[in-house]
Amino acid sequence: MIGLAIFTSLIFLGKYEVTPDIFDQLITNKGIKSELFINDMQSNVVGKEFTNPFSFSSKVTSALENANASHKQNSEWDKVIWSKPHSLSYEIAKQAGTGPIAENKGLFWWLTFGLGIIGALMFIIPNVVTLGPEGIKNNGIYLSAATNRGWIGWFAFVFLVGFYILLYFYPDYIVNWTYLVDPISESLSGNMASQWFLYGFLYCVVMTVMAVRMYIKYRHNKYQVLRTTSVVFFQIVFAFLIPEILVRFEKPWYDFKNAFPLDYDFFFKWNLDELIASGGFGLFILIWGIILTLIIVPVMVYFFGKRWYCSWVCGCGGLAETLGDPYRQLSDKSVKAWKLERWLIHGVLVFALVMTGFTLYAYFSGAEAVLGIKTQTIQDIYGFLIGSIFAGVIGTGFYPIFGNRVWCRFGCPLAAYMGIVQRFKSRFRITTNGGQCISCGNCSTYCEQGIDVRAYAQKGENIVRASCVGCGICSAVCPRGVLKLENGPENGRINPTDVLLGNDVDLMSLVNNK
Amino acid sequence: MEHIVIIGNGISGVSAARHIRKLSDKKITIVSAETDYFFSRTALMYVYMGHMKFEHTQPYENWFWKKNRIELKKGYVSKVNTSTKQLEFSNGDTLGYDKLIIATGSKPNKFGWPGQDLDGVMGMYHKQDLDNLEKYAPNNKVCKRAVIVGGGLIGIELAEMLLSRDIPVTFLVREDSFWNGVLPKEESEMLNRHIKEHHIDLRLSSNLKEIKSDENGKVKSIVITETGEEIPCEVVGLTAGVSPNIAFLKDSGVEIGRGVKVNRYLETNIQDIYAIGDCAEQHEPIGSRRPIEAVWYTGRMMGETLAQTLCGNRIEYKPGHWFNSAKFLDIEYQTYGWVWAQPKENETRFYWEHSGGKKCIHISYDKDTQEFIGINTFGIRMRHDFFDKILTEKRNITYVLEHLADANFDPEFYKLHEKEIVAKFNSENNTNIQLKKKSWRRIFSA
Repeated sequence: MIGLAIFTSLIFLGKYEVTPDIFDQLITNKGIKSELFINDMQSNVVGKEFTNPFSFSSKVTSALENANASHKQNSEWDKVIWSKPHSLSYEIAKQAGTGPIAENKGLFWWLTFGLGIIGALMFIIPNVVTLGPEGIKNNGIYLSAATNRGWIGWFAFVFLVGFYILLYFYPDYIVNWTYLVDPISESLSGNMASQWFLYGFLYCVVMTVMAVRMYIKYRHNKYQVLRTTSVVFFQIVFAFLIPEILVRFEKPWYDFKNAFPLDYDFFFKWNLDELIASGGFGLFILIWGIILTLIIVPVMVYFFGKRWYCSWVCGCGGLAETLGDPYRQLSDKSVKAWKLERWLIHGVLVFALVMTGFTLYAYFSGAEAVLGIKTQTIQDIYGFLIGSIFAGVIGTGFYPIFGNRVWCRFGCPLAAYMGIVQRFKSRFRITTNGGQCISCGNCSTYCEQGIDVRAYAQKGENIVRASCVGCGICSAVCPRGVLKLENGPENGRINPTDVLLGNDVDLMSLVNNK
Repeated sequence: MEHIVIIGNGISGVSAARHIRKLSDKKITIVSAETDYFFSRTALMYVYMGHMKFEHTQPYENWFWKKNRIELKKGYVSKVNTSTKQLEFSNGDTLGYDKLIIATGSKPNKFGWPGQDLDGVMGMYHKQDLDNLEKYAPNNKVCKRAVIVGGGLIGIELAEMLLSRDIPVTFLVREDSFWNGVLPKEESEMLNRHIKEHHIDLRLSSNLKEIKSDENGKVKSIVITETGEEIPCEVVGLTAGVSPNIAFLKDSGVEIGRGVKVNRYLETNIQDIYAIGDCAEQHEPIGSRRPIEAVWYTGRMMGETLAQTLCGNRIEYKPGHWFNSAKFLDIEYQTYGWVWAQPKENETRFYWEHSGGKKCIHISYDKDTQEFIGINTFGIRMRHDFFDKILTEKRNITYVLEHLADANFDPEFYKLHEKEIVAKFNSENNTNIQLKKKSWRRIFSA
């Protein structure tokens, strides 16, 4: 907790002083031609000392906006600065920061990350004893303010949403945080840490710490233990280490497990250009990315269900299954929510495909717009609405309110794609064990995807649903051993029944064969 | 249009209603005094424990009933007038019926203990019991100790509930080992150990003598018959079994034994009146089953069967092979076929226990024909389909052990014990049974 508090308060600390040197360098690098901006910055920013990032940011952004406004009015298009104001401000601030944090990165890393990790583990590890003998321990979940949308839940919600808004839209406010991980970033890629490096590192740390919690909570359940290990491994190695190391060798930053269309900018012009420009290796990535989406993903879904990705590999899923696990019961199980889910998730998939179609058409034809719509515009809209707001702010920020798989359930286009394969052509199902179900509802309550598992189980039906990510928790919490995730022959996978096993054989065949 | 009235909105009554609706257009009314909507009684414990909210125990959303034209009436039936075909409610309302289904379930047994009606004494059966427990045992400051009387499934569940709020529990069990009227010695002893591992103060061979009151009519303590020991407590849970909840049928003319007497068609002695679920008592037991079965799935099956009869396809109630399941704290239990506490004349047994002491299987088979009779399995999940087919096809013990890998229903990656189990059987019986590899074809060939 202390670590978290220090981490948060760091935003407000630090000094920023833009020396003329730094400023000149920036102007040259960015090719900024706006004399208005340069003059404004010279008089208001350069050589002055700021004590918090907000005043610094506001000076820079207003300088930029004022300059742009008058340039646009005068149609001096070559002088307009197209950088996003807060990104530019971030870049300047990153260079300009001084003060205790920038100068004592290691110390502050320990005070924030270090204390945070130790504190969290001190909270988690005693569970080995306090939870009692191994087994399902969901005691008090609905009696706690943290996990039942109480004040702690709402507080966590505000904090997470705030974090994502800063991360995506106001990176210049969190420059101080990025200093903390500069030493790590430099040792990996050789560069200073960007806000994305910070995010990646934080992501790995949070997942690892919360994975310890999973290991303890589900230590009797090997499926959960292995699955947790797998997502943590893929996050740290594939999403974090390999891409950073690639950068060190001057290769494009690429996460080999992140499949299109979740990786929505894979076919964007800048990415294709970059891949092609980096020669054989870039080409390899390009081909790998296409094979991954077109062949590996559906074939794996056929054999194992989409769980192989969502619950064993994916980074979004990984965070949901570790940090998000305490909130899984908050997903909405109503039929209404299911309807909304189908419209939304398939809508996003269509959006992603149309956008990519436009992009590729534009790429090959050289046109800037398709059907009168600029591809840049549609990409920006997708990036903002889906990439940032849906996947980040809502996807993770709303964990404590709507449960931990909001993005995966309602938004992820890759999940939609795999869901279609899983529903219609897959060996995966959750088998219902004959007539043992007592309709208690633990399975439905703890389904993070909002599937009303009980509705199937109490009818003796297997669960075959597009949205199931195969986390295995329904099976774990079932007190009667009714549910089992398994891959088997397609024949008989979907088995609607009216009368369950255990009843009179004649009645069963009479009713079920009608 | 024929009006079918169902008294009781538990699993039996609701199953009947759902299936009648599937098969017909009849008018259906479900009457309950307990709750507005159907909920899963077996899940009440999880509400107190904070695993779920009460609404999660309701298998259908609230719009379901209207959409399926199943009318719900809240009220307590005080009398059934069989000649005018009318129900009389405690508030004076009346309701006419063409056909009546009695599905009123059970109520906790009370054996006339002194003090059994004091404040703080409760069963754990109805929604109201849950509310009471929340009132008298919200935490371990209000309730410093609870005593549970009766060592059965509900007793152990109530103990688990109280433990979830760190309330110390004393558990009085009449038998000399937990639930050993039903379970063989080995399983029963395993559970004794597990109960103690959870720091429950388990008192075997102990009966309740009386419950003492404080000056406000609230529980103060209990006294044990055998030792005379007095144990101070704030809550007493009476969980010594349940019996049919049919007091309102006295003098109605409907034949009553311990429950409502029914034939194999679930018909009572009075035309157009039927009884299903926990409150129904078969004239003759079916197979080795008891005449009254207070089990979730038998209630459901009776509802399914009766719906056929009422919709023009008169059919006998013929439950299939016996099975059941439960969970004792952290140990899951399933049973298929019959494994009696004491082996019968023709039976012999095979028992395997895991070195960790939390998993075991116990198989009963015929000592002459080797035919498989039943299995108890603790800590290992097994496939219902598998054993149902084994019992139907009257397979022998060798076949069962050879195909044990097909039977396993544990989550993927769990440690499998089949090899060890078969090896133990071989060494005890001088046999050479070889375990076959799991086969999807066999599993799904049903």
